[in-house]
Amino acid sequence: MRRLVVNSELSPAAKITHANGGVGHSIAHESAHKHVRGAAEYVDDLPLLPGTLFVATGQSTKPHARIIALDLSAVKSAPGVVDVIVQSDIPGKVDVAPVYAGDPLLAGDLVEFIGQPIFAVAATSFVAAQRAALLAKITYEELPAQLTVEDSLAAQSFVLPQHQLLQGDPDANIKSAPHQLRGEIYVRGQEHFYLEGQISEARLTEDGGIHVISSSQHPTEIQKLVAEVLAIPFHRVVAEVRRMGGGFGGKESQAAPLACIAAIFAQRNRVPVRYRMPRRDDMVQTGKRHDFLNRWTAGFDNDGKLLGVDMLLAGKCGFSPDLSEGIVDRAMFHADNAYFLNSARILGLRCKTHTVSNTAFRGFGGPKGMMAIETLMEDIARKLGKDPLDVRKLNLYQPGADETPYGQKIEQHILPALIEQLEKNSAYRARRARITEFNKTHRQLKKGLALTPVKFGISFTAKHLNQAGALLQIYTDGSMLINHGGTEMGQGLYTKIQQIVASAFGVSVNRVMVSSTRTDKVPNTSPTAASSGTDLNGMAAKDACDRIKADLIAFACEHFKLSAEQIVFGNDVVVLGEQQLDFPAFIKLAYLNRIPLSATGHYRTPKIHYDRATAKGQPFLYFANGAAVAEVTLDCMTGEYKVDQIDVLHDVGKSLNPAIDIGQIEGGFVQGMGWLTTEELLWDDKGRVISNSPANYKIPTAFDVPEKFNVELFDEPNLENTIHLSKAVGEPPLMLAISVWAALRDACSSTANYQFSPRLDTPATPERIYWALQECIAFNEANSAEVST
Amino acid sequence: MQFVVNNKRVEVEDVAADMTLLQYLRSQQHLVGTKEGCASGDCGACTVLVGRQSASAGLVFREENACICPLGSLHGCTVVTVEGLASSADELHPVQAAMVECHASQCGFCTPGFVMALTGLYLERGAELARADVGVQRAAVLEAISGNLCRCTGYRPIVEAGILSLKKPARVASFVQEWHPDAPLAGTVGVADVGANKILSKNASCFWRPTSEPELQVLLAEYPQARLVAGGTDLMLEVTQQYKALPQLIDISQIASMTALDIAGAEIALGAAATYTHIEKQLRALAPEFVALLGRVGSRQIRNRGTLGGNIANASPIADTPPYFLVMDAELEIGNAQGEYRREAIAQFYRDYKKTTLAAGEYLARIFIKREQLQRPIKLFKISKRYEDDISAVMGAFSWSGAATNLFSIAFGGMAGIPKRATAAEQFLSDNTWCDAGAVDEAILAQACELLRSEFAPMSDVRASADYRMAMACNLLKKACYEFAAEASGAVIEERLFHHA
Repeated sequence: MRRLVVNSELSPAAKITHANGGVGHSIAHESAHKHVRGAAEYVDDLPLLPGTLFVATGQSTKPHARIIALDLSAVKSAPGVVDVIVQSDIPGKVDVAPVYAGDPLLAGDLVEFIGQPIFAVAATSFVAAQRAALLAKITYEELPAQLTVEDSLAAQSFVLPQHQLLQGDPDANIKSAPHQLRGEIYVRGQEHFYLEGQISEARLTEDGGIHVISSSQHPTEIQKLVAEVLAIPFHRVVAEVRRMGGGFGGKESQAAPLACIAAIFAQRNRVPVRYRMPRRDDMVQTGKRHDFLNRWTAGFDNDGKLLGVDMLLAGKCGFSPDLSEGIVDRAMFHADNAYFLNSARILGLRCKTHTVSNTAFRGFGGPKGMMAIETLMEDIARKLGKDPLDVRKLNLYQPGADETPYGQKIEQHILPALIEQLEKNSAYRARRARITEFNKTHRQLKKGLALTPVKFGISFTAKHLNQAGALLQIYTDGSMLINHGGTEMGQGLYTKIQQIVASAFGVSVNRVMVSSTRTDKVPNTSPTAASSGTDLNGMAAKDACDRIKADLIAFACEHFKLSAEQIVFGNDVVVLGEQQLDFPAFIKLAYLNRIPLSATGHYRTPKIHYDRATAKGQPFLYFANGAAVAEVTLDCMTGEYKVDQIDVLHDVGKSLNPAIDIGQIEGGFVQGMGWLTTEELLWDDKGRVISNSPANYKIPTAFDVPEKFNVELFDEPNLENTIHLSKAVGEPPLMLAISVWAALRDACSSTANYQFSPRLDTPATPERIYWALQECIAFNEANSAEVST
Repeated sequence: MQFVVNNKRVEVEDVAADMTLLQYLRSQQHLVGTKEGCASGDCGACTVLVGRQSASAGLVFREENACICPLGSLHGCTVVTVEGLASSADELHPVQAAMVECHASQCGFCTPGFVMALTGLYLERGAELARADVGVQRAAVLEAISGNLCRCTGYRPIVEAGILSLKKPARVASFVQEWHPDAPLAGTVGVADVGANKILSKNASCFWRPTSEPELQVLLAEYPQARLVAGGTDLMLEVTQQYKALPQLIDISQIASMTALDIAGAEIALGAAATYTHIEKQLRALAPEFVALLGRVGSRQIRNRGTLGGNIANASPIADTPPYFLVMDAELEIGNAQGEYRREAIAQFYRDYKKTTLAAGEYLARIFIKREQLQRPIKLFKISKRYEDDISAVMGAFSWSGAATNLFSIAFGGMAGIPKRATAAEQFLSDNTWCDAGAVDEAILAQACELLRSEFAPMSDVRASADYRMAMACNLLKKACYEFAAEASGAVIEERLFHHA
């Protein structure tokens, strides 16, 4: 049969409104009822199969050392221990790196960070494995360790080569500019702190293969790496993910080692194996958001308009490349944030340190680049005595000033109008006046206010990842099962896919079930990352719908002697000219007439390309935009503060589900606020992570979120032909929280009469605020000394 | 031991003394709705409701962290897990229904913990809060979920769901609703069943629960290596974080003389095994500043189990309450295995980092404060990275007898290896007129700060640098002085960022 592919955007079905929870409706998360009853299953909730073993790893206590002797006799003879493996026991490939080599599953002779797994234990209980892992006698020969970005820069030691963006002649422009500024900020990383820790369970299949059930954003990579470490073909391995208890990028590459170790033990011992990391191991052994050291020189005119920027972004990658190529690239691609730089040099360095290898985290480097330019915007404003908002607005991309440092032109100028609207709705100017007055009349308490924008590029910077597949099956009762390559980590992807499929057929969402993500249903999937889950998988799901619909319409045309326009799917029925059939009855009829009721769909993102040699191209299909206003109050005697009010206006194109999108915006904002305020990742001078538990690493609580937290969607469809003209929403809102940091800095600056912005590295803990205020006092003293002399 | 889980009576004997409720629920009952997020009482994903019979109020439910709750401590209790709230998706508890309506779950992993914490609020104060102002409701909800972390939602919809649930009528859809306030419960274990006897034993591992001090003393004499446990909010971390075995545990939480608060006499006696929550309720009028501080000691779940005795006897230099008791000149009553008692000033109790005068066979029984001390103005300030449920970088306690007698007391946590009085600085302020008709003499304050610098040498660690700690010690002292002076002269105190601690 000839397939007629219809574009449902243009088909009659699209004209019917769906009151059944389809696209555009704020339906509840597909698992909400299960979540609240404790009935949603996570990997550790699965009933234990008989004989299941549990895993723990023996960890390096040195940041950089050669292992001289490894005595595991006490480990092996510990109660409950069944098996112990070292690197040489790995049957296949040892390296489980996602892109570039460098991540041995178990360390061999060389250890490169404290916490690096050296051996693994399988025992009859979780506690037995953990206790046994502590019994190894390891003799090290210590090697010099570089623990900081500065160490790495001094040694010129990088995990990957540098990359540079160049636009125009920044050196000349900076030199000839009326004003120049230099600056530096150290932006610390972030622990993901997904509530469900890393976990995988491996079960043997009868074909000598492995069924891995994992908490992973990247099932295909789990499948690939498990197959490679076991030296078996990919088709013997099934990776399955029903849901994660949070991911945030931390389960993109970091979930695989658990799956691989569990699989090795399962294969060796012919039993199921569960490997769950307790929180402390998770915080020590898995990668985090990169620290970045950012330095810049900039030139600007008397109005504050940028003429040239020369910027260095140095990311602390840890001991191996992991995903740092893309992460530092994305930091560079966002070092402009929303601003036209005119001319720029942006150099990205990937610093090697003997610490855990840092990895993806919501924003994927983007937030780090933005922190540099947002600091600069404020410094320019203070230098010229302007409100930072005016400097920000002046420098926004706009028609005629629309080329990014990597050569992509901004086509949809959302931000100027969005910021106008937010400025007005949040009463920014009136509040600015009130705050200035408050600060004059209060000695101990000071308020700050800031409006900061976000422009975030959407697409994987690795081009081949911008594809997705889906498999749709319709059963003869009219119920549908959709499977796709994306994973559910709470972001509502399954719900949106359910809505997309329901809308395609004009049926209630209750007819559509989304089943767990499995590599034996949809193969060769990309990680659910880069905010792309819905963009890619939604389009693939729609493609699958369109294929089946084409066959159904062709069938109906022939069977009922109708033209395609007379066939309309909607309101749970199929209109067939003068008559109509219930959806299930129509599907049953189609089945009896031998019409295929399953199809695969596929999508690849158009237009994107990037040439590393020239550092030019169009790495992003489009940009998601937003802006936020934050108001804070701080106590000058202690540096303590609280956030008084947040106003957000954010661009998600045409929203697929406003409630879920607002949930992503609020959640992203608060996570970003934690990154910039209370969450402090710290290492000691021996290279040990000392923020290694929720007792000393503090993510925000409900108390930290202000009562006045207004979030609105900026209603404008995507110019690009994305799924129902929506935009990605996962990562961009995180960076809206830069407004909180900027408001804190604004409050500090008030103590220097807004003449000076102190350095405020992040996170801006009460202690950092306190020292920033001391810097303001020193500035005031120096100034008054100048005046008096 | 026996207890009730979701309306089902359960008998347990053959388990180790250090098994936690969470391990038991997940591995023995396959009640896996209760999650492990941290196994240290920091995230609240394991929150359950524990009902205990109270003579005055019947069955009283409290939110507790199952992850650090020793199973044996639940003998005679009624435990409700998230599975106990609703029998089907169609019969949700008002809290569950509100969570769905408000889109308050994303990944769902923390959700059962939030549901249980909010259900605890609903049970305890639902009727009273239903008609309250939304600001009061919001404050109550924030307090109820102070021990629950969510990484996805940003909390706004959860808080909204908590408020919405208070407006929903209780439907008789679940047994928690049927039980409350004092409906009969099929599986309730009578209080009379609770004995001093060994309630759990497996091989050499035993869990005892004495109900009087003489019983405790006998056990101490017989099992000198046994560890005492009250709330277990610190001790159990040895099990869940360091994988140590605690084979012999003596639970002191049922000893009436050690949980009682005697606030009637000239001397206030606080039982060492009294929970923070109990103290908060009893001391609200008598010691409002102290009760406000307790709000920052830990989450609601932790305060429902944690005890004063633990906070004091642990001898952590960053414990929140010792600086308060130091400036109150509190005395500790210490008992021993032989049935003898001694009293000691708390300032003498701390010898060195994590070392006290407690000898083998001794236990902390009660804390005494003179009533007259409570009359004095007091200022308690806690500095931490996060406002709620965080450990102090610096904890400052300041007490002043007023201009006439001018007795100044200062104590700090986080400034030395032990909680410590600032003897030189407080003596100096007591000897000098640092405040005159509401005006503070800055020169004298500066000298007092110099003395602080000479008597403390704090360290740098994950919570703060030494320099910041020193600066805070000085500034908290100044802050206290400004507020004392203003209050003494009837002036308005410059607005505080936070209204307590």
